Amino acid sequence: MTVTTNLEGEKLTVALRGRLDTLTSRDLETELESLLANPDIKVLVIDMKELEYISSAGLRVMLDAARTMEDKGEMIVTNLCSEVMDVFSITGFSEVFTIR
Amino acid sequence: MKEINVKARIDSLPQVISFVMDNLEEWGCSMKISMQVEIATEEIFVNIAHYAYEEGEGDAVVKIDFDEEARKFALIFIDRGIPFNPLEADTPDVNASLSERKVGGLGIFMTRKYMDDMQYEYRDGQNILTLIKSI
Repeated sequence: MTVTTNLEGEKLTVALRGRLDTLTSRDLETELESLLANPDIKVLVIDMKELEYISSAGLRVMLDAARTMEDKGEMIVTNLCSEVMDVFSITGFSEVFTIR
Repeated sequence: MKEINVKARIDSLPQVISFVMDNLEEWGCSMKISMQVEIATEEIFVNIAHYAYEEGEGDAVVKIDFDEEARKFALIFIDRGIPFNPLEADTPDVNASLSERKVGGLGIFMTRKYMDDMQYEYRDGQNILTLIKSI
């Protein structure tokens, strides 16, 4: 999986490309932890435009990030393909995350 | 029936996914079904890798069996670890709020949602889990 980040003022955009599974979610977790340690970040945008696959391990990383952002500002998940959106829907995560 | 025998470790996951998806590809199924099967495969295999042998090491066998007439297949996971029936696992609360959310059990929950049927038996010291899906 490829992770591309872009920080503009207080908004951090993290674009995910490829597969977020048990193996790759570990790297993303480490990367997000270090990125979100920046106290200036108030908005986290997770761009899933090029994300093809997500399993429960990926949802766990999203949940941790959302909880971290709850105290700092907000997290927005965006550009989900229909297959990835379906995973969010059946697990009820579409209701707890802000999806645009 | 085709099968693969791997070490029940997380780093065997790509091998198991390739085995299942390559066989599925021959059948030509939709993106949606492919992803559902891939999720089920990952969730069940990762569970075995994490928990079946606790601190020890062991093997896992994955079999795939197509029923061409009925256009469905069975995906069978076998390990010789501690007995565990995923059908008896607690169902996560998918309506819980952000702060109350737990991820435990979500993998099995998704597997049950995405596959048509799931059967478990413990026989001759083996956990045998069979997933059925029509394509």
